[in-house]
Amino acid sequence: MTLQMTVSPDFPPAYIAGWYIFNTWLQRQSGLPIHLTLYDSFAAQRAVLAQGGIDLIYANPYDAAFLVRECGFVTLAAPCNRADEVVLAGTQTGPVNTIEDLAAGTVIARTDDPDVNLMGMMLLEPAALHAGNTTAITVDSYPLVAKQLLQGHAGIGFFLEEAFDSLSALVRGQLRELVRSRISVIRHVLLAGPGVRAQQVEHLTTLLLAMDQDDRGQAVLESMNLSGWEAHSQEDTEFMIDLMDTLDTQVLPG
Amino acid sequence: MDGYQTRIRYFDGHSRDALIREHEVPFPDGRLIVSRTDTCGIITHCNQAFVEMSGYPERELIGQPHSILRHPDMPRAAFQDLWETVQAGRIWHGHVKNLRKDGSCYWVLATVIPNVRHGRIAGYTSVRRKPARSRIHESIALYARLREAENP
Repeated sequence: MTLQMTVSPDFPPAYIAGWYIFNTWLQRQSGLPIHLTLYDSFAAQRAVLAQGGIDLIYANPYDAAFLVRECGFVTLAAPCNRADEVVLAGTQTGPVNTIEDLAAGTVIARTDDPDVNLMGMMLLEPAALHAGNTTAITVDSYPLVAKQLLQGHAGIGFFLEEAFDSLSALVRGQLRELVRSRISVIRHVLLAGPGVRAQQVEHLTTLLLAMDQDDRGQAVLESMNLSGWEAHSQEDTEFMIDLMDTLDTQVLPG
Repeated sequence: MDGYQTRIRYFDGHSRDALIREHEVPFPDGRLIVSRTDTCGIITHCNQAFVEMSGYPERELIGQPHSILRHPDMPRAAFQDLWETVQAGRIWHGHVKNLRKDGSCYWVLATVIPNVRHGRIAGYTSVRRKPARSRIHESIALYARLREAENP
């Protein structure tokens, strides 16, 4: 049986080729037939997940919660030293200098990246903002979030930290960073579905954890902009999901 | 050092003496304070933000009851509600004034969630984030009324 692998659509487009190289590396190392399919949106990927069509996934933490708790996925590994963090930014010419300057009615520019949006809304709480007193504009990419800000259509933008730091100097120079999260424990994880046998899970995990120990493996990791894989126990993943569940609880004025 | 000594009485009946100072330490932007306890409320894990904000080194936190952070301005009813809620398997949230080791305080918006493993509660995770100032003012007034009711 060919294992179907996919990657969360929020990875930087510059590393698409790297994931195909990784697919080839993993096939050769494991001896397992693995087919990589990339989806350009979370909705498209979730439709395939719902049909049980995915065996291996580099999952956004938000999707990981559903896959582990509801679909019986298990954790293979997590990327070393890479947590999902967010940046909330306004514009240099705008009136907002701190999060607390934002008021009810604020328009938020964002993508459909679920964990970024979850953390972003949490970081707006010091201004007593929530889904009920803000409006969201959802666009397809982080450069478009910046564009919404610079065109004056939104008062604040939610960015994945890596995407914010990858914006051109020209664009970043016009944006004002208001807050940058340091949560540390919310991260993407590589998961295996219930169709992957326990022996295969163990074998794949062993290969991944040793991947950075040879030149070829290191080159593949570099092509994905990763430094290596580290163990992430099922309990580590369960803990991350518990933590995200706490953030998903919007505390509205009583 | 400024401040005063007081006896903190917990809803479960025990008490301890603590130094109280008026100074409030602001919650750091972008951070979360995270801790885990066993089912009895004994701290089993805490993150760096917890260490920094509480003022205790990690070795003095692990193995201690979470109530080590209890500020006397918090009504006992708030923690009774917390425990009743999470022991029933539900998520609790509320604004909490916490006590630092040096007697100063910090306000948090706390969420506590039961860690359900294999169908049973294995412990609790508490996540604290930065609250809105307006909600702190509301909480100060509410908690003053609740304390009055507890200590008529």
